[in-house]
Amino acid sequence: MSDKLILSPNLNNADGFFDALARAHDGLEKSTSDAFNARLIFLLANHIGDNEVLDEALTAARNSGHYR
Amino acid sequence: MSKIFDVPLYAYTRSPDQDEGMPVRHPVVIIGAGPVGLATAIDLAQQGIKTVILDDNDRVSFGSRAICFAKRPLEILDRLGCGEAMVKRGVQWDTGKVFFDTRQVYEFSLTEEEGHKNPAFINLQQYTFEQVLVERIREMQADGAPIEIRGRNKVEAIGQHDDHVKLEVETPEGSYTIEADWLVACDGANSPTRRMLGLDFDGQVFEDNFLIADVVMKADFPSERWFWFDPPFNRGQSALLHKQPDNVWRIDLQLGRDIDKEREKRPENVVPRLKAMLGDDAEFNLEWVSIYTFQCCRMDRFRHGRTLFAGDSAHQVSPFGARGANSGLQDADNIAWKLKLVLDGKAPETLMDSYNIERVHGADENILNSTRSTEFITPKSEMSRILRDAILDLSAHHEFAQPVVNSGRLSVPCTYDGSMLNSADALAAPDLTRPGSPCPDAPLGDDHLLDKLGNDFVLLTIDADAPESFEENGVAASRLALSVRDDPSLTLKRQYLGDAPSGVYLIRPDQHVAARREAFDEPHFRAALRRATGKE
Ligand SMILES: Cc1cc2nc3c(=O)[nH]c(=O)nc-3n(C[C@H](O)[C@H](O)[C@H](O)COP(=O)(O)OP(=O)(O)OC[C@H]3O[C@@H](n4cnc5c(N)ncnc54)[C@H](O)[C@@H]3O)c2cc1C
Repeated sequence: MSDKLILSPNLNNADGFFDALARAHDGLEKSTSDAFNARLIFLLANHIGDNEVLDEALTAARNSGHYR
Repeated sequence: MSKIFDVPLYAYTRSPDQDEGMPVRHPVVIIGAGPVGLATAIDLAQQGIKTVILDDNDRVSFGSRAICFAKRPLEILDRLGCGEAMVKRGVQWDTGKVFFDTRQVYEFSLTEEEGHKNPAFINLQQYTFEQVLVERIREMQADGAPIEIRGRNKVEAIGQHDDHVKLEVETPEGSYTIEADWLVACDGANSPTRRMLGLDFDGQVFEDNFLIADVVMKADFPSERWFWFDPPFNRGQSALLHKQPDNVWRIDLQLGRDIDKEREKRPENVVPRLKAMLGDDAEFNLEWVSIYTFQCCRMDRFRHGRTLFAGDSAHQVSPFGARGANSGLQDADNIAWKLKLVLDGKAPETLMDSYNIERVHGADENILNSTRSTEFITPKSEMSRILRDAILDLSAHHEFAQPVVNSGRLSVPCTYDGSMLNSADALAAPDLTRPGSPCPDAPLGDDHLLDKLGNDFVLLTIDADAPESFEENGVAASRLALSVRDDPSLTLKRQYLGDAPSGVYLIRPDQHVAARREAFDEPHFRAALRRATGKE
């Protein structure tokens, strides 16, 4: 259950962001891509700031993976 | 020139106890004249408890060990009468630099909290630290304080009884037996007491080796702290450069788990690494090199009958964050007033269980913090390393990432949340001073708040009425009456009142808050005093 994390559509340009994110990885080695993603996570996390939101995001990410 | 650690400071002399037919009983015997044993003894003797320290050696700690002492220990040492001497001999750095791989990622300067008497920390060699404590003991002895250090008195066997402990002590003139109502084992990481009582050291979190080098610089060198993550001269590990007094710099090189100690220690292997750190033109003399192995663990319980464990004998942490001696001094701070009340018959023996609970809490906090630092410094998985490197890269460009960089968090005092000695918080004031907290300092004219607290229970009133003192079951609390106007910087108000119009605080002899309320309510504070002395 999430109280604070927004899980309804909230991106004001969903297709644009997906495209920009995919593009950002174009031509990168796996290790460079991983590093990029890590930096991005911290930038976004700092912008959010609220630890409860971040905890809920960790849980939501954990629970929405596709496990075989 | 001989070094301080080569000179006997408390040479062996024969004690009359050795010539008694029957074992002599002492109220308190302390094993170990390290920082923790010495501080515990000073605290007890200052309160009039006859105290004997036994040490298998007769001099300060050999070689280079702790160098960084944080604010709370300095405040405790002020109460013990030697904080100012430490600060005077210590040094400070004010600029820190962080390096990652081959480059500097950022630089920061230290900010001091305003209105506190003591700095955030000092750097001082452990042997000087111990020497100052021994000087303080000598000064107390000259004033007739009941305190004794017996050098070259090695404890060989310990027998636990219901109401005392029996010790077999080996000296250059043969062995003798003494007894203690209470034994405080401050005998270090390899604690023979722990072994003799068959107690385990649990919860080892990691083990690591460090190369410690002290160098004397031949020319000016900046007073800064430099920390490297994954530098070319120590791949995959960390390195730290720190200033000590007398133009001595400390270098810590983390070496990892499986290493050849003898090989790593050889000057031909050490010097090139130091040159890579300090720059090719830095000229220095290598004064001391050694390798230490660290663990992160603690005993299950710090009280076993009439034996209390304090300092490294009870808990050990990694050196990141300088928590060893710093937390040991907080153990001493917690033990002394409680033992005094128990020995005087003014508190039940079970008060000593609160020592266990409060300081286990402190040890867990230290272990958690030093484990987190270790994980940041030497990431254990590929993904941890990716995340760690991301923060270091970001820190070169964005300020927000700098506080996430963890090269060890300087120890801050522990708040005894949930302790059975606390009364429920009854004042809408800042969390900083909630029951269980160590009192933060505040300026009072030429004086400071903490210099007016300690050794006994104090009833601090801020713009509130109360009797000058009150007594409950033989334990007295005396009033310290203040007004927010006594501190124009408003530090006192900001820390102790916030938006509350007034406040009354019951403060323990170790300067921790026991209870607080807006006004003096006699039944409430009587109950709080009973509770703080283990009687509720
Ligand atoms: C390289 C290094 C760097 C460190 N840096 C820091 C730092 O910056 N800040 C910090 O706070 N801490 C630091 N520490 C930790 C700090 O040195 C220890 O936590 C501290 O010394 C513990 O004090 P102690 O009194 O508990 O034990 P010890 O200092 O180990 O003293 C134990 C004493 O017991 C005596 N003894 C042992 N067995 C017997 C026996 N059978 N009979 C009689 N006596 C006995 C020993 O001779 C010794 O004097 C560092 C440690 C190392 C090794």
